[in-house]
Amino acid sequence: MTDAATTPRLQLTGITKAYPSVIANQDVSLTVLPGEIHAVLGENGAGKSTLMKIIYGAVKPDTGTIAWEGKAVAIANPARARRLGIGMVFQHFSLFETLTVADNIALALEKDRSGDDLPARIREVSTRYGLPLAPDRHIHTMSVGERQRVEIVRCLLQDPRLLIMDEPTSVLTPQAVEKLFETLRRLASEGCSILYISHKLDEIRALCHKATVLRGGKVTGTCDPRHESSTSLARMMIGSDLPHPQHRQAQIGADALVVRDLSLDADDPFGTALHNISLTVRVGEIVGIAGVSGNGQKELMAALSGERRVPDADRIMLLGQAVGRLDAAQRRALGFAFVPEERLGRGAVPEMSLADNALLTAHRQQLVSRGFVRHDAVRAYAVETIRAYGVKAGGPDAIARSLSGGNLQKFIVGREIRQHPKMMIAAQPTWGVDVGAAAQIRQALLDLRDSGVAVLVVSEELDELFEICDRLAVIARGRLSDAKAVSDTNAAEIGLLMSGSFIASGAEPHRPFSPAGMI
Amino acid sequence: MRLRLEPRPEPSRLAGWLSPIVATLAVLAIGLMLFSAMGKNPWEAMYVFFIEPIDTLYDIGELLLKASPIMLCAVGLAIGYRANVWNIGAEGQLIMGAIFGGGVALAFHGSTSWLVLPLMLVAGLLGGVLWAAIPAFLRTRFNANEILVSLMLVYVASFILSLLVHGAWRDPEGFNFPQSKMFDDNALLLNLLPETRLNVGFMIALAAVAMAWLFMRMSLVGYQMRVAGLAPAAANYAGISASRTVWLGMLIGGGSAGVAGVGEVAGPIGQLLPIVSPGYGFAAIIVAFVGRLHPVGIFFASLLMSLLYLGGEAAQMRLALPSSVTGLFQGTLLFFLLAADVFIHYRLRVIRTAPAVAKPA
Repeated sequence: MTDAATTPRLQLTGITKAYPSVIANQDVSLTVLPGEIHAVLGENGAGKSTLMKIIYGAVKPDTGTIAWEGKAVAIANPARARRLGIGMVFQHFSLFETLTVADNIALALEKDRSGDDLPARIREVSTRYGLPLAPDRHIHTMSVGERQRVEIVRCLLQDPRLLIMDEPTSVLTPQAVEKLFETLRRLASEGCSILYISHKLDEIRALCHKATVLRGGKVTGTCDPRHESSTSLARMMIGSDLPHPQHRQAQIGADALVVRDLSLDADDPFGTALHNISLTVRVGEIVGIAGVSGNGQKELMAALSGERRVPDADRIMLLGQAVGRLDAAQRRALGFAFVPEERLGRGAVPEMSLADNALLTAHRQQLVSRGFVRHDAVRAYAVETIRAYGVKAGGPDAIARSLSGGNLQKFIVGREIRQHPKMMIAAQPTWGVDVGAAAQIRQALLDLRDSGVAVLVVSEELDELFEICDRLAVIARGRLSDAKAVSDTNAAEIGLLMSGSFIASGAEPHRPFSPAGMI
Repeated sequence: MRLRLEPRPEPSRLAGWLSPIVATLAVLAIGLMLFSAMGKNPWEAMYVFFIEPIDTLYDIGELLLKASPIMLCAVGLAIGYRANVWNIGAEGQLIMGAIFGGGVALAFHGSTSWLVLPLMLVAGLLGGVLWAAIPAFLRTRFNANEILVSLMLVYVASFILSLLVHGAWRDPEGFNFPQSKMFDDNALLLNLLPETRLNVGFMIALAAVAMAWLFMRMSLVGYQMRVAGLAPAAANYAGISASRTVWLGMLIGGGSAGVAGVGEVAGPIGQLLPIVSPGYGFAAIIVAFVGRLHPVGIFFASLLMSLLYLGGEAAQMRLALPSSVTGLFQGTLLFFLLAADVFIHYRLRVIRTAPAVAKPA
């Protein structure tokens, strides 16, 4: 081995970063060797993002030192980080939809690298790493997975020696995840170091050579994840064992939600039209809808919740009534509840207190008399929701915006469940929620099912769907596959369906795979 | 060392209440500078502008009399503003209220029934509601911008009033002046305080403030309108009808402005004239914001606005200052308020040069 192989590529020592209300990183040390795939593992709020921003030069640490290839450096800004050879692929993409792949990449490169040969170099780099890309394609025609490729290729063109990947698989199908891992392994074998941020334990065990676990801003351990079990990793991450959901035999009852042949145009240019969607959810079962986001989930949810109305009322039957033309409040009055994907601004009013946010949908629970709000009852409802669902908040007067995403989600889920719905839909119920809270939310959904409620769950997380659902359908390009009993299928089959394999080949002959939007 | 504006984790309530006070103080400071620049003794000018208008019982009556229509318009508008319904045409709705109420007074001229006045108030309310219904309908049906439509309708209303007092409703014994007959006594609001011109209109305005508070704070519909204003997607998610929000927001503002219009013609004016308001409907927009869109805040802000009107008149008479001084003060008040409002969501931080983390290699 040469000397370069033993000098750490990146070494952080004693990094501390405090914000007015929270210490994001406390005395964090981290060593990444050349060619190492190093996982940074932790729940939401454990300080992973802050640490990555410090490495990428977006945030300055209060104390601590950063050494790059053995020399102390101050990374003042992202441009400096890029010059050092640090590239970062963000969880949320920063691409211009109306520009081509080459344009988007040229914008990020320094002038001397974005010459006329750029398209050729994009092709060259993308094929070398198994990430095929057409430089002249427009971003808006591309799937989320393809967009991520653009981001990765953009980083690779800058010859990075350290690549930071922030939760890269949350938008990918299982097959795409496998491909991404091949690329990352190949990069690592060529000497590039990779910092891989995730809370998915199986992936980290399959991919990473080393893991640094963060909890509450502090390093709680480093290990070789290949020699750990998911249980032991989870214990390091959350400090206790994960509760396992209890799954009882389903007691199937009558049809609660029946969607028949629903087609709906997209209501914005980058939306997805729905084609001939049929779906049945029965009392006492959880039906899951899997799929990469941007394939029509948003539009389907809006149509089912009543936020967008459907001209043919009987395309959607809720508890035996044709509800297509009813608004969200009228559907709720029938016994419908809904946990939307966006918590702030849709599921809750950011500037209002938790008590006021309880009133948003729960006002039918005797919280109003003769048109006047019973403030005491509203507070009691909020207090009880906070208690029963373990919401960490200052109390019913806490402003919704001040809660962490996971805690607000618990509050919204609790608010909806406590209305005793007969039919409940939850979209991405555990998105961005820490592991413990996610387990709690899944258990709440299972309990709901066991108490004789029909539940529909839309999620990108296959593990979650397999854990709680009785039947699974897949949405791709605005079409919904037939639902299959979970016991009769597996992740590979669902993954294949997610790429649209069930859609008849004659349906869209000339269009490339582009779930995120077609014009 | 440098200064930086940084977002607060939560909006500051203290800054929210301090902001109108800071803005008022800033207006006073500007006033001092302005008066000195114009060669007046600034302290005397300030005394004439802000103290003299309220140093007798009669003057206090005038202050409350002028504050009443502003207060009425502003509490109505604030309900709409809370729900993101931007009714800028309260002045026109006030004029329409005056026309409807005045029309009733003229139609029952000579009658001695006590019913005339209540009927005028109802008619005025209806006039304002009808005038506000036009932008509400165009907004909900065709998504026409209610700011533009309601504003343009101000001028239409003003011309309709002008047409009437120059034509059909002109007093035949009025020596051809463009004005209606004087209203009968039973068509005039009762005096509230002897020795002053203050009338029952002030009580109506106070009642409106109380009702607005009750509506916004205690009723489900008021709550839902606040939700619609703060987070439209959340309102849609909860099934709060967007068109009901627009209709209510517009009509409540229109109705209260209409009543304010009756208050003017059945109060200090006592007849229909080509001009029935010195811009109360527009001043109410400023008052609504200075009062933080809160009924209690609006109560105090309308007193301040009324004082600016009276002070402006006094400054014209006693100091020979132009009448535009009033408008200037109104404008600077809103200007400073909006500037001070920045500190509700942001705070100023002094940044000292941070200790170096490590020397670059």
